[in-house]
Amino acid sequence: MAQTQASDPDAASRELTMSRAMVEAIAHEMNESEDVFVMGEDIADYGGIFDSTQGLLEDFGHDRIMDVPISETGFIGAGVGAAMQGMRPICELMFVDFFGVAMDQIYNNMAKTAYMSGGSVSVPMVLMTAVGGTYNDAAQHSQTLYGTFAHLPGMKVVVPSTAYDAKGLMHAAIRDDDPVVFMFHKRLMGLAWMPAPEGPKTGVPEEPYEIEFGEADVKREGDDVTVVTLGLHVHRALEAAESLAEDGIETEVIDLRTLVPLDTETVLESVRKTGRLVVVDEDYHSYGVSGELIARATEGALDDLEAVDRVTAPDTPIPYARPLEEEFQPSTDDIAAAIESIQE
Amino acid sequence: MYEEMVTARYYEERLQEEYLEGKQPAFDISAGPIPGELHLAAGHEASGAGVCAHLRDSDTVTAPHRPHHVAISKGVDLKRMTAEIFGRETGLSKGKGGHMHLYDPDVNFACSGIIAQGCPPAVGAAMAAKKRNTDDVAVAFLGEGAISQGGFLESLNLAGVHDLPVVFVIEDNDWAISMPKARVTDVEDGSRRADGFDVRGERVDSDDAVAVYEAAETAIGRARDGNGPTLLEVQLHRRMGHFMGDPEAYRADADVDAAHARDSIERLADRLREHGVEDDDLEAIRERAHDRVDEAIEWAKDQPQPDPGETYDDVFTDELEGWPERADRKLAAADGGED
Repeated sequence: MAQTQASDPDAASRELTMSRAMVEAIAHEMNESEDVFVMGEDIADYGGIFDSTQGLLEDFGHDRIMDVPISETGFIGAGVGAAMQGMRPICELMFVDFFGVAMDQIYNNMAKTAYMSGGSVSVPMVLMTAVGGTYNDAAQHSQTLYGTFAHLPGMKVVVPSTAYDAKGLMHAAIRDDDPVVFMFHKRLMGLAWMPAPEGPKTGVPEEPYEIEFGEADVKREGDDVTVVTLGLHVHRALEAAESLAEDGIETEVIDLRTLVPLDTETVLESVRKTGRLVVVDEDYHSYGVSGELIARATEGALDDLEAVDRVTAPDTPIPYARPLEEEFQPSTDDIAAAIESIQE
Repeated sequence: MYEEMVTARYYEERLQEEYLEGKQPAFDISAGPIPGELHLAAGHEASGAGVCAHLRDSDTVTAPHRPHHVAISKGVDLKRMTAEIFGRETGLSKGKGGHMHLYDPDVNFACSGIIAQGCPPAVGAAMAAKKRNTDDVAVAFLGEGAISQGGFLESLNLAGVHDLPVVFVIEDNDWAISMPKARVTDVEDGSRRADGFDVRGERVDSDDAVAVYEAAETAIGRARDGNGPTLLEVQLHRRMGHFMGDPEAYRADADVDAAHARDSIERLADRLREHGVEDDDLEAIRERAHDRVDEAIEWAKDQPQPDPGETYDDVFTDELEGWPERADRKLAAADGGED
């Protein structure tokens, strides 16, 4: 097995976009093992609509970078079958919103096989999928659905926010013996046609490294309030934290990085320190990540909690027009307002 | 038919201009007056016009993510459709749907951003017509990339076994985004898939609007007369990329050139000239179509943006009790009120 010790992103000699970092990890694992291959729509000649497989075709050819018909049930289910035979397929569901046509294979088959077989059969596959809005693609192409996938038992769920994390998490995902859902936010990928914020492009070591699942990352330290978030909203929370620091409010920003397993302990430690918790989630308000985090905080640190709030998408489908989508999306200002509102 | 095809083509040319405004030189999908993705149907006009020529308002049409030519041929309100594409308050969906999610109940038109998704609802509309003893029919448009979807195949079977008045129209443009048809299926003639369900299948192997018209006349007539479904596959050409901004690196220039060379609109114009229609008459049709499009676009651009508070409306037909607080703080802040 290749090196697993993560070196420091700040010490790396080059910076990569998140998509390049993911591709580097996939290419490395494909070189290490013939069992690793990629299946998906427009992932070969196109390189993935969101550049998630850009350049892999040239190195590995169509036999291992496989374009497939638009038949998610078929090819994701085939991924499950190949994984049950011990291969390590990476299947791309182009937009997470398309999960509906294939959910039987995902949650009744991919997720449950290990359990239903009494642990005798594992499904070491990665289901890679694009999430998120902020470019007005409306209700069927903009969801995050973190909570949906984390809710259903049997799948590990990964949501990177930086190139450094994306590479380490991708190495770990491919090497994992369980099914992993790798949810990347389009706005973080560094696409030519969809400008990313400054944050996700980071130093990325050239050598392979793993980021262990279930280890949240404290992206900013602070004593006054804890903000727990993931994906795109790590960067919005950091921006809000910087602006509030000018007013003397020190915000700790925790990037969950994986939802299953969930690093409850890092959250509780922070809440015990600050006594104030804001959860930020681009997914829907109800029955989701924000409710889960607040429940865990109350279960584990009730005595320390002085105030709680959450900033989420509302319980509405995602509207198309700009003023409506802006209203729908948790913004930096919304996060700052929530932090301020629980200071009293 | 010619007027609808010319309207659709010019409409998309104008949308393309509007869409690119502010998005260049480095293409930025989130900039400009038209938000989101835009899938243009230039080259597809023959199927929309040839099929919808036989439909009335009470017939149902479902279209995929590339819907404009079908919508225009079905008689969708052009101004409100345009306002929707610009994300305006007076759009068909009050700015909530966008170009992939256009609904005009007045003419029973709907489209969807997920392929083959319109097939089962078309079957349902046909069921409703049969149960209510009307002679309405339903037509589901889909691309050839969608023929591998379970939703399509299940719909074909369901329509067949219940003899439903539905016509499936496969618009075969040879490309599912970057996937050439030959790598999606070994069945070159997609209409043959109907054989497996004992449903009638027919393929129009050209961009000929007249041939589409005739094939659709038979198919829709059969459905209306209670003689069951048809799978109609129409060969078309995608003149543009999959979506605006698609660099089409996967596609040879020769293929793009061939798509442009086989223009169904020019072809139909030639047919009309052969039948004695004067160039002046064709020009008059074009002018009328262009005026209508320009008027719709100017009207749409003058329409107001939706109010952010509209975000929370229309989730249910009635307000639900006990649902979480809406983003009152956010709205109050926007109104200049207190948190």
